[in-house]
Amino acid sequence: MRHLLSINDLTVQEAHDILTTAYELDRVSDGQIKKLPTLRGRTIVNLFFEDSTRTRISFESAAKRLSADVINFSAKGSSVSKGESLKDTAQTLQAMGADGVIIRHNASGAAQRLADSGWISASVINAGDGTHEHPTQALLDSYTIARNFGRENYDLSGLTVGIVGDILHSRVARSNVLLLRKLGASVILIAPPTLIPVGAESWGATISYSLDDVIESLDVVMTLRIQHERMSNFFFPSLQEYSRGYGLDDSRLSRMKASAVIMHPGPMNRGVEISSSAADSSQSLVLRQVTNGVFVRMAVLYHLLGGPQSGTQSEMGI
Amino acid sequence: MSILIKSASILGSDVADVRIVDGVITEVGSLVSNVGEEVIEASGLVLLPGLVDLHTHVREPGREDAETIETASHAAAKGGYTALSPMANTHPVADTAGVVEQVARLGGATGRVDLFPIGAVTKGLAGEQLSEIGAMADSSAHVRIFSDDGKCVFDPLVMRRALEYVKRFDGIIAQHAQEPRLTEGAQMNEGAVSAELGLAGWPAIAEESIIARDILIAEHVGSRLHICHLTTAGGVELVRWAKARGVMVTAEVTPHHLLLTDELARGYDAVYKVNPPLRSHSDVLALRAGLIDGTIDMVATDHAPHPEEDKDCEWQAAAFGMLGLETALGVVVKALSEGSSSIDWKLIADRMSVRPAQIAGYQAHGQTIEVGAAANLILVDPKATTTVDRTKLASKSKNTPYDAMTLPTQITHTIYGGAVVMKNGTVL
Repeated sequence: MRHLLSINDLTVQEAHDILTTAYELDRVSDGQIKKLPTLRGRTIVNLFFEDSTRTRISFESAAKRLSADVINFSAKGSSVSKGESLKDTAQTLQAMGADGVIIRHNASGAAQRLADSGWISASVINAGDGTHEHPTQALLDSYTIARNFGRENYDLSGLTVGIVGDILHSRVARSNVLLLRKLGASVILIAPPTLIPVGAESWGATISYSLDDVIESLDVVMTLRIQHERMSNFFFPSLQEYSRGYGLDDSRLSRMKASAVIMHPGPMNRGVEISSSAADSSQSLVLRQVTNGVFVRMAVLYHLLGGPQSGTQSEMGI
Repeated sequence: MSILIKSASILGSDVADVRIVDGVITEVGSLVSNVGEEVIEASGLVLLPGLVDLHTHVREPGREDAETIETASHAAAKGGYTALSPMANTHPVADTAGVVEQVARLGGATGRVDLFPIGAVTKGLAGEQLSEIGAMADSSAHVRIFSDDGKCVFDPLVMRRALEYVKRFDGIIAQHAQEPRLTEGAQMNEGAVSAELGLAGWPAIAEESIIARDILIAEHVGSRLHICHLTTAGGVELVRWAKARGVMVTAEVTPHHLLLTDELARGYDAVYKVNPPLRSHSDVLALRAGLIDGTIDMVATDHAPHPEEDKDCEWQAAAFGMLGLETALGVVVKALSEGSSSIDWKLIADRMSVRPAQIAGYQAHGQTIEVGAAANLILVDPKATTTVDRTKLASKSKNTPYDAMTLPTQITHTIYGGAVVMKNGTVL
């Protein structure tokens, strides 16, 4: 495995391996931050064309715990705002000796272009590309679900996960559908029809337009952030109407299975897609997701850059 | 100047010798060569009328970094085209007599191809005010086709007025059918692939709703409507319905929409990014059937050169469009002959030369190969193949989606105005 661009790149075995490694890292840390020497001398670049403090910090923290040197590159205020192309930015980083590039970009497919176009030779990790995918988010979500439900072998069959919200524009939803299906879970996409992409029928997930119809059947309620600007494009009439139909409010919270859990990739709009009491309830795994994110990203970096084959490449490098 | 073509198979059937003197076919039959005459041994080769493209972006004036009229003329000669119709979306826009006259003159100066400029429907392609349509029609460029191609004439009132206005000189409005509101930010065909790739969808209905509207307007005002680059099965149905009603509508399809599908977007390689977008396999099949049964009148390349930096980037940031002139014949033969052992050369000649010349009124092109016809001709080796190499294209740009693909047939000679302008891949 050289890049992580899409969940489609992973076999079930590779997904298991990453999640198993994440668990090992989780166990050795035991609540304390321990630094491992795995990526000593390697340089990892956080190449962020979109603001995302959470994801960037999570990756940065993961890389630093593996002793890598981390360079943060933010497009704002850089040469990118002066019209520099992705190609030139990437090649500049390559020339500075990046071994791995973690990219967040507003264009779908930007990570794949970086990996496939021959511009650079570094490993590429997709940290969210447009409305396409966000594979490490899906890995950390599946990890969190598996740990919560005691699925040591990461087999999620028998569990039903509801993903609620703006499926059309969500890279989190796309990656999650792919990985959850791969690991055996059933997925229900829940949204107003305007926010379900044409063609989603082929994703192998059930589609529901009513959260109330399915809430009692869900083991996981994964709510997505709703963007205010969707209103202006007629996806729904008002945030209030959206919230009434699809918000995880207190009454829906009370109808969830006792064993069911709540997840959200953050940042949350409290009072819109999720009520404060739902976000803060004992069923909420939101903060577990954040913690697990670091272990899962460490595991991904370990599998992409920590192996012997890339190690020798680095040793031979000048 | 005299050329004797020996033993050519005319439109793939009868074998005959053809003599060309001073740009005109003077004899067809069993002929003996004269002293000093250029002889082309054409045994095994198919003789066709030179191809006619009603949809070319030559980029001059304004984007000479992508293509010039000179380089386009090389690409045309290699692709077997003897007449091109440059689209109006240049800089400045071809919305005045001055611009279209200049383009036509530069085309003639190449000595390889006739350029018949298409004029803009609206000033600056802005869709708000009619351009000087009458002045362009009356100019020395004799413009008969008007199009805002690249943009849709979206306002139904502007479209109605334009259709009515060109009746004075039997003109045509060629519509780029794209509902702008349904395609804001659109990147590729809307369907299963766009849903998976997270690229904003470009629904078939955005094209079909404009086609339907314009058919109704054209019927109401009794004008000639031409639909550019049809891409959907639904669009083919609409044109079929309109023709059955007697509406004066014609339609074109590009080679790439006859062969390629939206599945190619999967690698996010922007060489496959084109407007209108590549569609599904069932659309491809409907387009082929429509072209064969005549619902779609003809093939047009929508040759759209772009410099490397406009394609070697993220999909979303890339320009729309792909090259077409040099590969059109091979692609069309491949698309229409799939699953069959023979090539219907009469059909190919009709859809790539005869019909477009008729529709546009280009009298020296697409003529029957007989005594008295203008000598705009090509010779094709039907048994050979051509492997596309993007680095060896005559076009100034390299954005071909067919790189490394092997296409059927090989054009051996292009004859324009009675002179050989391309021989075995070399432009003269």
